[in-house]
Parts: sequence; structure tokens; C-alpha cells
Amino acid sequence: MIDQVFVLLKGWLVNLAPASLQPFVSGVVSVAAIIAAFASLFALTTILERKGLGRIQNRYGPNRVGPFGLLQPAADGLKALTKEDLVPRDADAVVHYLAPLVLVVPAFLALAVLPMGRNMAAVDLDAGVLFFFAVGAATELSVFMAGWSSRNKYSMLGAMRAIAQMISYEVPLILSSVGVIMIAGSLSPEKIVEAQAGFSGWLPHWFVLTPWGLAGFILFLIAAAAESNRSPFDLPEGESEIIAGYYIEYSGFKFALFFLGEYIGMFAVCGLAITLFLGGWRPPLEFLDWIPSYVWFFGKLLSLIALAIWVRGTLPRLRMDQLMGFAWKFMLPMALINIAAAGIWHFTPPGVIRWLICLLLVAGPYVLLARGLIEHNRVAKRVYRYAE
Amino acid sequence: MTLSFAIIGAVTIASAIAAMTLRHLVHCALSLAITFAGLAALYLQLQAQFVGFAQLLVYVGAVAILIVFAILLTRGSGPETQPIYSSRWLAGVVVAVIVMAVLGGTILSSKTVSAHVEAAAFEPSVRRIGDQLMTRYVLPLEVLGLLLTAATIGAVILAIQENRPAKPGGHQ
Repeated sequence: MIDQVFVLLKGWLVNLAPASLQPFVSGVVSVAAIIAAFASLFALTTILERKGLGRIQNRYGPNRVGPFGLLQPAADGLKALTKEDLVPRDADAVVHYLAPLVLVVPAFLALAVLPMGRNMAAVDLDAGVLFFFAVGAATELSVFMAGWSSRNKYSMLGAMRAIAQMISYEVPLILSSVGVIMIAGSLSPEKIVEAQAGFSGWLPHWFVLTPWGLAGFILFLIAAAAESNRSPFDLPEGESEIIAGYYIEYSGFKFALFFLGEYIGMFAVCGLAITLFLGGWRPPLEFLDWIPSYVWFFGKLLSLIALAIWVRGTLPRLRMDQLMGFAWKFMLPMALINIAAAGIWHFTPPGVIRWLICLLLVAGPYVLLARGLIEHNRVAKRVYRYAE
Repeated sequence: MTLSFAIIGAVTIASAIAAMTLRHLVHCALSLAITFAGLAALYLQLQAQFVGFAQLLVYVGAVAILIVFAILLTRGSGPETQPIYSSRWLAGVVVAVIVMAVLGGTILSSKTVSAHVEAAAFEPSVRRIGDQLMTRYVLPLEVLGLLLTAATIGAVILAIQENRPAKPGGHQ
């Protein structure tokens, strides 16, 4: 009953409307719920990220506004709304205005297919995962629009780099989810979550607990970080590199919209990772069934966000050529071999043999590729010099 | 002719006309991206989910970006210096009408349309597309794979040759 409280609430609201308007009201209620939930999650994430990064870097985060700095998002929002909206004189006004919208709208669209609880996907599409990737591809156009319309050489350069990075990492992103789609037999996120039902002993049947699933999950998370331009892949927008790259010329609320679009994109792709690999809204242990499904989904989402913040605070930034080499030379072969491993897993009978075969098939190329791609003539032995 | 078809069709045609008539080439490319999205909406209205989303993924996500990169990396990124409409526009209109008449006549008199085949009663799902691709249309699938491989190899060869003169004798 607690599990379905939002579904019942929505049903009650829809019944209040006249019969001819009911599909419209149903859509509006779903959309309003998603926007409310994820906009508050965005505000929470900004403060969590700044405090988290601060603690990793051995300092406090923001702690002036409100208790422990918790009202900082409100202060940020007020600042963004009241700042002067500068548009360069030579900039292309229409394209400059539309670029943040073209980023935010597909990012929110992508949240519509994720099942956030039992019976709680806003839209149940047969080709849901394909819709997700298609909408993600549409955000690249906004990066180009932002970079080009500012008539700024550095902005254009940042946009070109960002688009090259996003296109390169789309391929491992999609390929690492192909293994899951093959095994689950459907492109619909609801059916993929259904395929991860059941427990063998203590362990759930999540895809991440298989060799190809674990490799696919890690590849998917790396590609997702690159798609959202998050560190360690944030060369196009790094502050010490190109000072905000393609949104140099944006100030005030448009900058806040870019920020919002990036974070919502990160939430969407983490949500898809949870749906594909971590069992969606399913609990990890059978006796924890009484906790509502949406609590599990958002709990897993918050842990993935915490992981993203942790990685941001820890790893250094990748250089552009290292980034592209990593995508095309390492992640693409690993993703293809992962698909083969998923197929072999499906067709061998359950037991120790298939674990051994698939682990070798995943770990072997990983070690070979990682060792083979170090260019020994460019990596000198580390020399330590100390002050005397 | 439902209202949604009329709206989507109007948006598609308007953006296609804009793609031909705007002065700045990048604006034309962006209107072309809207046309692609309009086509995807038409596919989705016909319940062809896979084709519609694949159209968005491939055309808006890759081809539109390819077009804008091609515009930027060649000379055409400044405002136009020559007038857009050439002096021989009447001949262009006549040729376009003739081509449209030939194409329209061929399609309308073909067997599929003139036999008034009823719209299929099943809902096209991705599973059926997959089944057909693996059983009945295997040969076109393999030929497509071959074509894409040839295109990839060609792109790599073109890119490598540009780098070769600049490569020194290795870092020592």
C-alpha cells in the first residue's frame, strides 16, 4: 500500500477530471511529479557536491547560508535570477537564446521512460531504451548551438571538443547496454527490470552480479560520466583549461539552465544504469521487501551520485588525446567483447564453467589492452627529486 | 488527416522551406535538424517506434552534427555575400515540378498503393523487426555491415594520411 501510494494518488487526481480530459490530466500529473522530484534532487545534489568535494579536499564546503550550508541552493537560485543577462553584441541572438532550452528539454524527456518504482514509469514505451539514447543524442546539438552562437573562438573550440567527446563516448555507452538488452530480450525498461526479478539463495538476479554485467556496468558508468562532461572528462568545461568552454558567454539564469540540464542528464543516465544493471526498483535482499520500491530507486540513485562526486574529487582530468584514445582504443573493444561474453553466458548451462569462461573473456582482454596501450616510449620512469 | 498530422506536417514543411531560404548557412543546418525531428514525429505517429527513435538518434544526433561540422570546417561560415536566389529560378521550379510529378505518379500507381492494401493490424514491435532482420532480410543486413565497414576504413585512411607528414621520427 505504501509502495503504491503515488500511483493511487495519481489515479485519484485523474478521476477528479472530466472523462474527455483524463489522458491530458494524467500526463500533466506525471510530468509535474517528475519535474518536482528531480528539480529538488538537483538542488540537493548541488549542496551535496560542494560539501562532498570540500571534505575530500580537506576543507569545509559552503557553511554560511542556513544550518550546515543547507540553504545554499536557494542563495544560488536567487543569484542566478537576479544577475544581469549579458548577450554579446555580435552573438546570434536567436540561437544563443535557444541553446539552453535545447539542452534542458531532452534531458527531462529522458526521465520519462525510467521506472522509478513498481508501476511508476511515466511512459511505457516498447523501445524505451532506444528513446533514451535518441534523446541523449539530441543534447549534442545544444552544445554546438551554445558554442557557435557566442562568436568566441574559445567557446567554439570548447564546443568542438565537447561534441567530439560526446560522440566518441556514445558508442561504448550504447554497446555496453546491448548485452543487457540481449539477455532481457526487450528494449522496454519495465521488462528489463522484470527480467532481474528473483533471488538465488541470498543474491538477487541483478545483471551487475554476472561477469559481463559487472564489466558492462563499469563501462556504462565511465561512458556516462563522459557523456555528462563530468570529471575526469570535463576538459571541454574545465575551469583551469578553457574557463567554462562552450558556455563562456552565458550569465545569470541561462547559465543556471545549462547547469540544470547537465545535472538532469547525469541523473537520467544514472537512472538508466540502475534500471539496466542494478535491478531498478528491486530490493537487494529478499527480506527487505517491505521498503517501498521508489525508496530503493532513489537510494540507488543517490549512491551513484555519491560515487560520481567521489570520482570527481579524486581523479585528475584526462587530456583530449588521452580521452579519445581511451574511448576508441580501450572501451570500444571491451564493449564488443562484453557482448560476446553475454552471449556465451546465455548459452552455457549454469555452473562454475560459465563463470570461469566469462571472467576470462572479460578480464583477459582488459589486462592485454591496458598493458598493450601504454606507449612505453612516451612514459618515462618516475624520478624523484628532493630538496637538499 | 488528423490535427496532429497537420501540425507535424506543417512544422516539417516550414522548417524545410526555412532550411532552403535562410541567409546564414548554420541557421539552415539547424532548421534541417528540425525537419529531421518532424520526420521522426511522423514515424512515431504511425506507431513505428523503432524507426522513429532510430531517425532521431542517427539524423538529429549524428547527421545534423556532421553537417554543421562540415559547414564550419570549410569556408561557408560567414554571412552570405552572394544573393540566395539565382536568376534562373524559373527553370529550377519547372525541373522540381517534373521530378515531383514523376515520383508521385510512380508511387501512386504502384501495386502497394493502388491495390488499397489495408493498414496492418498488428503493432510493429522491435522484436518483429529483429526476427525479420535475422531470417528474411539477412542478406541486406550483411551488405549494410560491409558498407559501414568500408566507410569506416575509408574515413580512417583519409584521417591517417593527413597526419603522416607531421609525424616526426618518434620521441626519444
